[in-house]
Amino acid sequence: MVTYLDNNATTRTDPEVLAAMLPYLSELYGNPSSMHSFGGQVGAVIETAREQVATLLGAEPTEIIFNSCGSEGNNTAIHAALAAQPEKRHIVTTAVEHAAILAVCKHLEKRGYTVTYLSVDERGELDLMELEATMTGGTALVTTMYANNETGVIFPVEQIGEIAKAYGATFHVDAVQAVGKVPINLATSTIDLLTLSGHKLHAPKGIGVLYVRKGFRFRPFLLGGHQERGRRAGTHNVPAIVALGKAAELAQTHLAHTKREAELRDLLEYGILATIPDTVVNGGGAPRLPNTTNIGFKYIEGEAILFMLNREGICASSGSACTSGSLDPSHVLTAMGLPYTILHGSIRFSLSRYTTEAEIRQVLTVMPEIVERLRALSPFNNDQAEWLQERDVALAT
Amino acid sequence: MWDYSEKVLELFYNPINQGAIADSAEPDVAVVYGEVGSIACGDALRLHLKIQPSTDSILDARFQTFGCTSAIASSSALTEIIKGRTLDQALHITNQDIADFLGGLPEAKMHCSVMGQEALEAAIYKYRGIEIEHHEDDEGTLVCACYGITETKIRRAIAENDLSTVEQVTNYVKAGGGCGSCLANIEDLILDAQQSAETVRAAALAVAKEQSTQPPIRPSTHPPAHSPTPLTNLEKIMRIQQVIEEEVRPVLIADGGDVSLHDVQGDRVLVKLYGACGSCASSTETLKYAIEAKLQRLVLPTLTVEAI
Repeated sequence: MVTYLDNNATTRTDPEVLAAMLPYLSELYGNPSSMHSFGGQVGAVIETAREQVATLLGAEPTEIIFNSCGSEGNNTAIHAALAAQPEKRHIVTTAVEHAAILAVCKHLEKRGYTVTYLSVDERGELDLMELEATMTGGTALVTTMYANNETGVIFPVEQIGEIAKAYGATFHVDAVQAVGKVPINLATSTIDLLTLSGHKLHAPKGIGVLYVRKGFRFRPFLLGGHQERGRRAGTHNVPAIVALGKAAELAQTHLAHTKREAELRDLLEYGILATIPDTVVNGGGAPRLPNTTNIGFKYIEGEAILFMLNREGICASSGSACTSGSLDPSHVLTAMGLPYTILHGSIRFSLSRYTTEAEIRQVLTVMPEIVERLRALSPFNNDQAEWLQERDVALAT
Repeated sequence: MWDYSEKVLELFYNPINQGAIADSAEPDVAVVYGEVGSIACGDALRLHLKIQPSTDSILDARFQTFGCTSAIASSSALTEIIKGRTLDQALHITNQDIADFLGGLPEAKMHCSVMGQEALEAAIYKYRGIEIEHHEDDEGTLVCACYGITETKIRRAIAENDLSTVEQVTNYVKAGGGCGSCLANIEDLILDAQQSAETVRAAALAVAKEQSTQPPIRPSTHPPAHSPTPLTNLEKIMRIQQVIEEEVRPVLIADGGDVSLHDVQGDRVLVKLYGACGSCASSTETLKYAIEAKLQRLVLPTLTVEAI
């Protein structure tokens, strides 16, 4: 039996979602772009799904473009925003974005764009004065995440949007981690473009949405077909679109019950902090998603913790360098200025509506022994702490 | 999730020889530790050794490791490998020996085995009173500023592990894993090593060709191999050492390599190749033509040379 606490990585496909999509993987296989009725009946369900997603976001159906994933949405949004104002060459983003934003920005820097990466404080929060100070009339785009995938910290998107609007910049929000976890109403929002990903809200992988505000001067990223009113070429992934529609409908219902997730998350946090010394909640002082906690265990390394948890059937994730395959620890925790004693030993637990109290209590049961075992192996524990140099404790800046 | 061998997981979940070794007043016992890495780097190892000075051997070894699954398993493996060995024998242990003991490591985790090798050297150097700051790896031009990796260390990793890509170098010693501004320099070092290896190979083949066309007698400061009186074992070893120092090493060093005499067992001469020679695809030619042939000609015709 698996205790799955890695829902910010991906979620279980809801059984109702699976049931909704199955016919479109078998007998209802028509292409919605076909002129015959066999394909036409499939086209109708796409529009139903579009309405379901639009309802969840407080948007209009025509503002919804189905695509393949969050990465595609983010790439498309940035290129669309720059195409809308080609004379402007400045982009503003944050240091803690997903790679699907940061990599594109780095790419654009090599092509003559200027990019400002806003810093975050030790709680993972932005300084809006810094944002205001960097904005100019030449700023084409402000792109920020709604909520951070590693810490769950929520950014004040409407305030950011107001600043962006004041300078005539397009405002894009990567809401991959937020949709379905916090209420979003785009009808009254400053957001021009918004990205979501189906597999983060109990739909399968391979389906996403880019919201494009009505009237926005959109230029397609993928060319070659008339699908999505010519705004995203490519044969519709009908089963996944149907699934996302159903998932959005269920998420709308679930939004009223996220308090329970937050209570379980808090139970986990308090339990760990109370029983294990030298632990800290990263981003704990900021507004956060109800399902996410990121806990730093000083003096031990994240991958080792994950393997110990894995043996107990518990799935979590870590931003440690050893987990990622790169040699640098989480860019998010690094940007928060956390000391190295925490940086390498932080674990993210992300819950879902399927998470039970018994699962949380299982983690609370095994975690103290895991930490104790690894700290017993570590040279940086207790009386051995003299090896810790000042540069090790405080993050070099 | 990393694809770890069963041995790695076994030693991670049930590590052997963890902990420190306390100083004691036992006669003929010295306790020392060596440490590498830091919490900033994401992994660190403190290796404790209990040494018997009279035999220069390792009585016990224990470890304290901050790091991932493979770092902990590599540390535990190292302690198992070195217990009972002399310090000279231990110094010949490579990171590949540690990886082999574990049934292999993912390429991206090879630096964990390198950390073990370095901690072992640090401990032995410390015991022998050699200032670790003067370790040759710490000298030379700094190539990777992010991780403080010198050219010497990168060259050594390339040679000892036969590395041929920048990615491999990063996996083994972390160099290039940060900002990436040194990647081109690392690539140059790899190319240089490959060219040096090719030079050594060509030199070895030239020696072989020369020996096949010329009579075996050449002017030398060494006594002839066909000595009228049989050599004692001590004389044989001394002559082998002399030939290696005077005839072989200068040639290899000039081409970016090196060699040291490890042991002589009867007519078997055991040597260790370093630098470009260690990584050279044609190290067999180097052994047979550049070293063995010289020793046969200048010391004893029955000698054979093997690399360890």
